[in-house]
Amino acid sequence: MEDFQVKKKVKKYDAVIVGSGAGGGMAAYVLANAGLKVCLLEAGAMYDPATDSAQLKNPWESPRRGASTKFRPFGDFDGCYWGWEIDGEPYTKAEGTEWDWWRARMLGGRTNHWGRISLRFGPKDFKHKSIDGLGEDWPIGYEDVKPYYDKVDRLIGVFGTNEGLEDEPDGIFLPPPLPRLHELMIKKAATGIGIPVIPSRLSVLTKKINDERGQCFYCAQCGRSCKAYADFSSSSCLVKPAVATGNVDVIPHAMAREVLTNAEGTATGVSYVDTLDMLDYQVDGRVVILAASACESARLLLNSVSQRHPNGLANSSDVVGKYLHDSTGAAVGGVLPQLMGRKRYNEDGVGGMHVYTPWWLDNKKLDFPRGYHIEYWGGMQQPAYGFGWGIENLNGKMQVHGKTKEAGGYGKSLKDDYRFMYGASVGMAGRGEAIAFESNYCEIDPNVVDKYGIPVLRFNVKYSDYEINQAKHMNETFKEIMHEMGAVITWGGDAGPHNNWGLENPGKIIHEAGTVRMGNDPKKSALNKYSQAHDCKNLFCVDGGQFVSQGDKNITWTIMALSMRASEYIVDQMKKQNL
Amino acid sequence: MDRRESFKAIVLGTVSSVLLLESCDTKTDEQVVQVIDKPDASATDGRMPEEVARLKEIKSKTFFTEQEMATITVLSDIIIPEDEVSGSASEAGVPDFIEFIVKDKPELQTPMRSGLKWLDIQCLNRFEKPFKDCKQRQQLEMVDAVAYPEKAKPEMKKGVSFFNLMRNLTATGFFTSEMGVKDLDYQGNRPNQWKGVPEDVLKQYKLAYTEKELRECVTFDRTA
Repeated sequence: MEDFQVKKKVKKYDAVIVGSGAGGGMAAYVLANAGLKVCLLEAGAMYDPATDSAQLKNPWESPRRGASTKFRPFGDFDGCYWGWEIDGEPYTKAEGTEWDWWRARMLGGRTNHWGRISLRFGPKDFKHKSIDGLGEDWPIGYEDVKPYYDKVDRLIGVFGTNEGLEDEPDGIFLPPPLPRLHELMIKKAATGIGIPVIPSRLSVLTKKINDERGQCFYCAQCGRSCKAYADFSSSSCLVKPAVATGNVDVIPHAMAREVLTNAEGTATGVSYVDTLDMLDYQVDGRVVILAASACESARLLLNSVSQRHPNGLANSSDVVGKYLHDSTGAAVGGVLPQLMGRKRYNEDGVGGMHVYTPWWLDNKKLDFPRGYHIEYWGGMQQPAYGFGWGIENLNGKMQVHGKTKEAGGYGKSLKDDYRFMYGASVGMAGRGEAIAFESNYCEIDPNVVDKYGIPVLRFNVKYSDYEINQAKHMNETFKEIMHEMGAVITWGGDAGPHNNWGLENPGKIIHEAGTVRMGNDPKKSALNKYSQAHDCKNLFCVDGGQFVSQGDKNITWTIMALSMRASEYIVDQMKKQNL
Repeated sequence: MDRRESFKAIVLGTVSSVLLLESCDTKTDEQVVQVIDKPDASATDGRMPEEVARLKEIKSKTFFTEQEMATITVLSDIIIPEDEVSGSASEAGVPDFIEFIVKDKPELQTPMRSGLKWLDIQCLNRFEKPFKDCKQRQQLEMVDAVAYPEKAKPEMKKGVSFFNLMRNLTATGFFTSEMGVKDLDYQGNRPNQWKGVPEDVLKQYKLAYTEKELRECVTFDRTA
């Protein structure tokens, strides 16, 4: 038997970053531009949207016509490697609980395929405990993060409109695209019953902002990642320019095993497994920055056990892995009879909705404490696997060219039904705030390791009545909007107590956060307000893990703002020789 | 300005705006060229090694027998026949797609195989021949018995659920083929400028953009 050996990288870095998504990409970008030497570890492969994206492919160019696989759960053309399950990398769940865990394994992580919905948190989102007594207030407020939101808006680019809404703060916006036809119908129906509909806020470049990135050409395929870099992916917009400074070494296929610490308890670097040769390596840095995703970062800390940190690194408070929460989600879909037989034209637009609904009600008058926003879709989309599926449940209910038909069927008449109904679909989904409970957590499963021998996570998350009542409200609201539009609901209409009103399993919305939360009290938080570990001053966590709560907003824009803030703090502290 | 001159001015105005538009479009075209031609796709077309291996494995196997494929071909063309707009399911390659997708989604294999067998047994009982060898009249009689879920007889339940699956696979296969996408007249998946809903369509649905939208949004030249 050969001696067990850990190969040590000779080069010493100022910073070792674990993970290359929104948080890690931003940290690499800021530190590299400040002249620091950075080592960026990525568990997956290298990826460049310019050469690796399936953008502009036709459905028949996929033998499965864009159907999903375990490699691409969002479809064969989707821009994310892996997802709900990864060969050889299991996770477990406590009995009677549910958690779906999305993991990307690629440069840029899941930002290559994300929805580009780029919402700032509002002032209340940082201080919700003060409003309703639930969860915890952040140690920082909107005024602390606003300058960084502004900088992220300018650096990355986001379209939207300034509406002067208190909890949907104004930003530095590029012009949004005009609403599509079904979006105008949604707007008319919803605003008619007091539900606001405003231009969406997506990080898609409707105007050119620099020479490195192109302008949107409206193919609706942001989910595949953009060859022209006209939307935000960490791979194209942060890592690539960071590497161009000459200050960043990216190590792909590097699965972090643990954060290394010395006798004083200070972080010295990261040990990782090369997933190709299966050997162990070690890389040293003056600071270690975790950005592996909320749950992977927690796992890494819990697996970094030492004499000085017997409960896992940065975990003397015992909060690491706790307060895990995802956005809530529920949806309703259907068809608009008035759009059947519609005139054809190219309505691709940008990838995703052109309008959305920010939270509009006062929770004090409701039986759930936190809000949700509504996302919309529909129209003449590129056909893909699943097209026409279940027509036997629909064509008997519709007037096709003024006639009622028998459900199902075949032949020329059926063929014409598909044509007639194409482009008439419409749907909406709520994305709401769940309370970050201490009792919802992930921990190390003592009995299971992955194929690299790294102990895996066991999840223990349950939704409370707060989330279920919120889903009920979503369902009722969506049905009301659909009714106002004259839509026929084809799914989600039968939601009820039997299925928690269509509430998706936690994890399913892929906004997981809270596991390495920040706070002023080292007994109740893992990080201070600069995303720096209370127990280990040269250790930072800049992904969703640091979140105290997540509002009814998608978290990416805040991850980037906080990562930029933490990174500037690191640069400053290094200058002052505090790190 | 006399009539003649003003006419000239309008023409010129129109011409120059057309030229302007063309140059805009040319710019878009350049962008297209940049996007499509400049970065060569990576050697594996952005596919993970695991995906490449999976595809190779699927393609090395055959699932349906020749007899089953013949039945699938007849059925798919009954479901989506040629009409004045486009060709038939088999002309669009639907049977091959179904062969691929049942290997890719193994959960479809048993419903498909057992459904095909059910169909042949029914036909043997009724017409003393398997489905594919029946006369067209007999095939249609059989299909009529399973194609309308709400009026099919209870003993046809198995056949109804098989035919639903067959209909869904056929439609999905057809309308995601080149022929089917053209049939639907899907006009996207190409670089363009989103100028909003065309005016005549807005009029048809009695909708209009607000001044705020026209002021704040990217409109390009909406009338072009």
